[in-house]
Amino acid sequence: MNRATEATVQAPASVRRAPLIAAWGSRRVRRAAGRLALYLVLAAGSVVFLLPFYYMLNMAVSTPASIGKYPPDWIPRPIMLSNFPEGWVAYYNFTKYLRNTLLITSATLVGQLVSCTLVGYGFARLRFYGRGVWFVILLSTMMLPSQVTLVPQYVIFAKLKWVNTYKPLIVPAYFGSAFYIFLLRQFFMTLPRDLDDAARIDGCGYLSILLRVLLPLCKPPLIAVGVFSFVSHWSDFFGPLIYLNDPEKWTLVLGTTALVTSWGHTFIHMGYVMAVTTLVVVPVLVIYFWAQRYFIEGITLTGVRG
Amino acid sequence: MATGVPQARARLGVRRLKQAQQENAAGYLFISPWLVGFFVFTAGPMAISLGLSLLKTDLLRPSTFVGLDNFVALVDDELFWKSLRNTAYYSLFSVALGMLASLALAFVMNVRLSGIRLFRTIYYLPAVLPSAPVAILWRQIFNPERGLANYLLDLLNLPPQKWIYSERLALPCLIAMSLWGIGSSLMIYLAGLQGIPTDLYEAAQIDGAGWWPKLRRVTLPMLSPTIFFNLIMSIIGSFMVFTASYVMTQGGPNNATLTYVLYLYNSAFRYFKFGYASALAWVLFFVVLGLTALVFRSSPMWVYYESELR
Repeated sequence: MNRATEATVQAPASVRRAPLIAAWGSRRVRRAAGRLALYLVLAAGSVVFLLPFYYMLNMAVSTPASIGKYPPDWIPRPIMLSNFPEGWVAYYNFTKYLRNTLLITSATLVGQLVSCTLVGYGFARLRFYGRGVWFVILLSTMMLPSQVTLVPQYVIFAKLKWVNTYKPLIVPAYFGSAFYIFLLRQFFMTLPRDLDDAARIDGCGYLSILLRVLLPLCKPPLIAVGVFSFVSHWSDFFGPLIYLNDPEKWTLVLGTTALVTSWGHTFIHMGYVMAVTTLVVVPVLVIYFWAQRYFIEGITLTGVRG
Repeated sequence: MATGVPQARARLGVRRLKQAQQENAAGYLFISPWLVGFFVFTAGPMAISLGLSLLKTDLLRPSTFVGLDNFVALVDDELFWKSLRNTAYYSLFSVALGMLASLALAFVMNVRLSGIRLFRTIYYLPAVLPSAPVAILWRQIFNPERGLANYLLDLLNLPPQKWIYSERLALPCLIAMSLWGIGSSLMIYLAGLQGIPTDLYEAAQIDGAGWWPKLRRVTLPMLSPTIFFNLIMSIIGSFMVFTASYVMTQGGPNNATLTYVLYLYNSAFRYFKFGYASALAWVLFFVVLGLTALVFRSSPMWVYYESELR
């Protein structure tokens, strides 16, 4: 109703103007122009955001000669796919690094899912003395810079003789992460309590309420946590850098950065470096595309509540 | 017979008490993984860190107690001040520019357009990538010989730059790279914008408000908690910057990109001064705590919470 009155008020004013200006005055034309402008802005931004990706892929499939060329070839000729298999084995054994990385990511994934679900359920569904205080402490650990605990943690792991093993990277995951616990707790809070009560009347204990009743409903947040956990351990640089000295035990990310420091400036190997970098990045992209819905849902959940 | 009802009530009370106790125990049992982890990996290390900061120790030879010497030494440590300045500079620009850019993009993306999902994906993409490979890529982009950045300058007929090998430009290069990853705060803003109830806009419309009053009186106040959240998180994140400078420049040239955490890392794992590194960590902790406290303290002036009015 409001829009209608506005239109009738505006119409006479635009009629009096010259045709082109009159057309500009009409709502529909103005809106279309606005849309076009938005598309242009977004498209220009997309080019900026995608250009580095294209640059990486371009180098990954270029011959050393064409990487060294100036101005660069924007469509590489010839396209050299052999950079991928050759770069993979040229200097380091990346198959081994893949295996190491998969071991770490799967072990931490299991740990995070189990521990964060239990803790998230505890905070969301059980009334216990001091719950509020502990929850505030949990939230405040999210804001604690991890560097504060970095040195003493290293000292502890060094004393335990865990340096140069995967334990410092894996074991902490079994004690949960504040962010994932928070995420799961928020989701548990949205589920109706009647479910718990009904299950309790049927004789279920807390654990079977969680496992049989609530968990089947938790697919989206569990996938979000799983994806977050996988991607963050796949991508982790700092932890492996500190704890893994033996090149045999390195992860993919560590191996890639080592490639750069050993070959950094020579264009001869840039194709290899970029090919391997692409291979390390692609799984993250694939997983992200697959789980996009859950990913964004997870961010939305925490973003709004934050 | 006459005592039956009170007895039953008493029994019920006992049962309820027992149930409460059970729930108490179960609650602690469920949160115990985190609780144990908190003491072992957070609270304990913090206490140890405090102790370490009073020692001179390399984990090999026996350590000596030096009191507050580590902290006193910081005052005369040029690299400490330089890394702090670098990090503050990086933080200021990457947070400010990142907030502005992601907020502006979120406004643009909040309009109903077909194909907007594709744009969201494109802008979000770089934010999920591992930081070390990203740094490798940008190191090549900023390569003075035949890097993408100089090629673009060339297209604009501008003279080539030395980028990450220039003392003046190296830190701005890291800031530019950080802006490539604004996707996650963009998404959080977008979620915040979409959470604003449309009836507020309808009400504003009825009052005859144009776009500026709507932005000023509806959008920004409703979005302020999200802005607050993003601000805190990006300040903390920017003070932790490490991988970019480690992979791209190793802190150079002439320590122009020596970030605070890189200096902390070097102190501990390159020079094996664990006590000194702990002192550095505590200073970082208080700097970040101070900054977040400042933002928190200022928040009543500009963050609007709906629940306060009700």
